[in-house]
Amino acid sequence: MAHSLRRAIRYLLLAAAAALMVAPVAIMVVGALKPDARVLPEAGTLQALFPGRLTLENFADVLGRTRFGLFLFNSLFINAAIVALGLAVNSLAGYALARLRWRGRGVVLAGVLALLVIPFEAIAVPLFWQVTLLGWRDTYLVQILPFTANAFAIYLFYTFFLELPRELEEAARVDGAGPWRTYLAVVVPNARPAFASVAVLTFLTQWGAFLWPLMVTSGPAVRPLPVAIATFFTQPPLQWGDILAFGVMMVAPVLLLFLLFQGWFVRGVAASGIKG
Amino acid sequence: MPRPLTDQTPAAWSMAAPAVAGLALFVGLPFLVAFGLAFTSARLGSPLPVEFLGWEQFRRILADPAFLRALANNGLFAMVVVPLQTVLALGLALLLNQPLRGLPLFRTLFFMPVVFPMSLVAVVWVLLYAPGGTGPVNAFLGWLSFGAWSPRDFLHDPAWALPAIMLTSIWQGVGFQMVILLAGLQAIPAERYEAAAIDGAGGWGQFLHVTLPGLRNTLIFVVVVTSILAFRLFDQVRIMTQGGPGEASATVIYAAVRAAFERQQVARGAAMTVVFFLIVLAVTLLQRRLLRQER
Repeated sequence: MAHSLRRAIRYLLLAAAAALMVAPVAIMVVGALKPDARVLPEAGTLQALFPGRLTLENFADVLGRTRFGLFLFNSLFINAAIVALGLAVNSLAGYALARLRWRGRGVVLAGVLALLVIPFEAIAVPLFWQVTLLGWRDTYLVQILPFTANAFAIYLFYTFFLELPRELEEAARVDGAGPWRTYLAVVVPNARPAFASVAVLTFLTQWGAFLWPLMVTSGPAVRPLPVAIATFFTQPPLQWGDILAFGVMMVAPVLLLFLLFQGWFVRGVAASGIKG
Repeated sequence: MPRPLTDQTPAAWSMAAPAVAGLALFVGLPFLVAFGLAFTSARLGSPLPVEFLGWEQFRRILADPAFLRALANNGLFAMVVVPLQTVLALGLALLLNQPLRGLPLFRTLFFMPVVFPMSLVAVVWVLLYAPGGTGPVNAFLGWLSFGAWSPRDFLHDPAWALPAIMLTSIWQGVGFQMVILLAGLQAIPAERYEAAAIDGAGGWGQFLHVTLPGLRNTLIFVVVVTSILAFRLFDQVRIMTQGGPGEASATVIYAAVRAAFERQQVARGAAMTVVFFLIVLAVTLLQRRLLRQER
């Protein structure tokens, strides 16, 4: 009896917490599907969760009135480039540090570990100054290159490769394979979990990036979604239906990826915590 | 110099070079430039020659009430959000660390906001904080208090702007901490709980003597990460309140970006980010110390 009571209380607490976590998302999704004029007046009532007549006009409005397609492309392109280039560059560095003997290894490893302490915000201002002097503002390049080499990603690859069994590489070495061939033919296929974790973590931190793209983009041409929704949202009069529809379209791809690959998302995040 | 046969220096350098170059150009160099700029009078697009100011720039920002207010806001944010969010996350993790049906669904729901871009979260919460009885947060508080709550304009109220941002941040970040704590909980061996139970420890005793010590390092990590995030606070402030009303919700990074980006005072912004970096460094060193003490 006491046991089932405890169970009931546990479920009740979980359900209350879940309701608080879901309510803002539900208000967003339902609001996006209602006529614009009803969103704000009904937001504080139960009507916020029960749409009544559904309409897609907000979505059509966003697609017709804003350059949503361009913003989506910009975000996808920038993030795909950061993830793909980052996986290549950081895994190679992590592999060299973990497995090869070379002059300079100690210095490079110490440097990577030291750079782990520097958050992006600490260098945003001088980096902004640097790229302004170079005339790089308003480009894709300036949103991709600074985020490709990443000390934390190198560190994650490094620790993962340290634990990879040596026997895997020895067979390749006996066959006369050099470091590059060993890396491509043996290490990469055996390190899929490491690549997946780093890809997910990189994507999660970069997809929502706001500060840097806000500083270096001045028009829609190369602007990603997070900056686009913020500037779109400040253009009066506020049309909440459109804003929420924009938000739903912005988060839908990530949410879909998350639901499909939830294990990787959670494992990637948890891995970053356990290592610390 | 003769090389041993196993020396792999050329291959290793060709593998590491792109990452090393990237880190040097886009992290190391700007980091050094931050310290260099902070001691000068540099402005973007200014025809005036750049002067060396020494400590003057730091003296100026540390005498500026607006910057001190920003520092205090970050400190207050950390003092409220770090304990509150950690306790909430630990509570959720403990609830989820039980053999119950439907737990994966709850875990998914709690983690979901973590994958939302902060700019979208901030925009949606502007709607939730809408002034008057029709604002969802106002309406919810009215319902909780049986109508005793008088609706307010959270984001334009000096007393409520920062707390409003705190709540939004906790909502978005609690799932992140929860997942890390859950992994920490699951790493505690079940035998320790069995041993404690044999020694007669009840639920509370097990929590104090098995769970908390077992989670020690994870908790330190979570607290340090959240503290640093509290000082990195920018996106929500920029979107929800623009630091206002007055300086009620301004933060260090917000002030630095405003100086460098909107007023072209790059040196002033750099000095502010140097102060920010020193705080982050202090928190990180504290973490290392705490973790070392255990061994």
